[in-house]
Amino acid sequence: MATPPVRTKYELRLGAATREAFGKALVELGAANQHVVVLDADLSKSTYTAEFGKQFPERFFECGIAEANMVAIGAGLACSGKIPFASSFSAFALNKGFEQLRVTAAFPRVNLKIVGTHSGISIGEDGPSQMSIEDISLACSLAGFAAICPADEFAMTRLVHAAAAYDGPLFIRAGRAKAPVIYSADQEFSIGKAVQIADGSDVTLIACGLLVAESLLAADLLDAEGISARVIDLHTIKPIDRDMIARAAAETGAIVVAEEHLVDSGLGVRVAQVVAETHPAAMEFVGIENTYAESGPPDALLDKYGLRAKNVAEAARRALKRKR
Amino acid sequence: MQKTSNPAELAAIAKQMRREVIGMITEAKSGHPGGSLSATEIVVTLFCDVLRHDPANPKWKDRDRFILSKGHCCPILYAVMAEFGYCPKDQLNTLRKMGSIYQGHPDVRFLPALEASTGSLGEGLSLAIGMGLAARLDQSPARSYVVLGDGEIQEGQIWEAAMFGAKYKLDNVCAVLDNNRIQLDGFVKDIMPLAPLVDKWRSFNWHTIELDGHNIAALQRGFAEAAATKGRPTILIAHTIKGKGVSFMENNPKFHGTAPTREECARALQELA
Repeated sequence: MATPPVRTKYELRLGAATREAFGKALVELGAANQHVVVLDADLSKSTYTAEFGKQFPERFFECGIAEANMVAIGAGLACSGKIPFASSFSAFALNKGFEQLRVTAAFPRVNLKIVGTHSGISIGEDGPSQMSIEDISLACSLAGFAAICPADEFAMTRLVHAAAAYDGPLFIRAGRAKAPVIYSADQEFSIGKAVQIADGSDVTLIACGLLVAESLLAADLLDAEGISARVIDLHTIKPIDRDMIARAAAETGAIVVAEEHLVDSGLGVRVAQVVAETHPAAMEFVGIENTYAESGPPDALLDKYGLRAKNVAEAARRALKRKR
Repeated sequence: MQKTSNPAELAAIAKQMRREVIGMITEAKSGHPGGSLSATEIVVTLFCDVLRHDPANPKWKDRDRFILSKGHCCPILYAVMAEFGYCPKDQLNTLRKMGSIYQGHPDVRFLPALEASTGSLGEGLSLAIGMGLAARLDQSPARSYVVLGDGEIQEGQIWEAAMFGAKYKLDNVCAVLDNNRIQLDGFVKDIMPLAPLVDKWRSFNWHTIELDGHNIAALQRGFAEAAATKGRPTILIAHTIKGKGVSFMENNPKFHGTAPTREECARALQELA
């Protein structure tokens, strides 16, 4: 294959949080399409849906602290041709609204978009009751749902627009913390098509959300050791980009999957299924290990729970040892 | 079938629909006869008189919406929809069978003329409210009607939706509570009492009307009052008899979810002759 481009060290500057980009994209959508409506459950200042509410008050529905009802009202709006975005913290939207997502949205295939912010442990001080570490698993267990976890503000903006154009139930996962900027505004995204950010031939690092930036930093750490790492942003977890995963497995023979989610039920296991079905390769997984986290500064939590570039690089070294 | 407002004609249709329900569930060998029989006049009055709908154009944008939130009572809905030509009458006896459009609970994938898939209790009021909001945004005259079970309102989501409907003054939403006083495990008053039922809804700021759910003229007056009520949603608390019309099913918790045998079917059809 072609010589991979030589990368210098990544200088990742912090941009906007993906939740903030979500809120801005909603306002753009609201101006462009009168059928876009937004629901929130008393967290609109935190989910950034409040600005949509200010600009389009007749299309914004404050549901109060009642997520199950919010989801099913959103489904009713979708049944009558609206494009509803229902938003709350991911821990509440998915867990409290799950049964309604299943019966009123997934099974009749209703065009509802559910947006969970404050996903993962990087929300920090609020602690584990607010930390959604199982939402990818829940969303992906809804038959027919799409699930998306953008890595930065530019990915989020593009993917929110893509979600509005997508006909069917869909989950968007957003974070609280400011996200390192990976893309530029002209980067294009489409649902179901992963983005290969860096080419490499020895190992592939696949990630979503905040762990994409950590994987890029890990690629630099590995590069310094003479290991060529490919980095893939699997922003759409479902439907999964089988072609890009199979190609990476065939061409690099070693794969690390990294996510800010329970390690045994999120992105990793879904990638592993594709690898097992196409080109079996040595695999390692980085994620939260069968536990709930705690209050603390986001950076300290990411360090303690092993969601850093150094953890991804270590996993890559382990995978390379087992690579045939 | 043509629509009619004549109570005697509606009563005759109701009796025929009860016969269909008994036949379908007997053939299926499983299902929920009691709640279909208690809701018969409610569903018949809505489809035959109250709802603005067009079987030739089932997705007409301004149609009134009907949601059977107590989805297990779908036999009465299927029977009435078939009577209007939304779906084939000659397949009603395939209820609950593999491949049938008449699924065990309403399923829009099999019967697209339905407004919603229901069966998990507590969700239909929220769906009706979502449709009511959409109608308001579209400045459509469409109204949303939803039939709830009395056991069903033990679900917390019902009260979340009740608060929402009152907050948004959704006078284009009308709920009907089929208050037949029996749920799967027994009598509602023993399983989880709802009293004071009418006060509960009034305190949630719904326009609340109590009536006899088997009295067609009373139902017609109730629906007219609901349509004339502005600034808040309406609920009709319809007092009904579970298993109504078949003596050995009336007020008998067994027939919440048990199909009649062939012999019981014959006796029931005799009573409904």
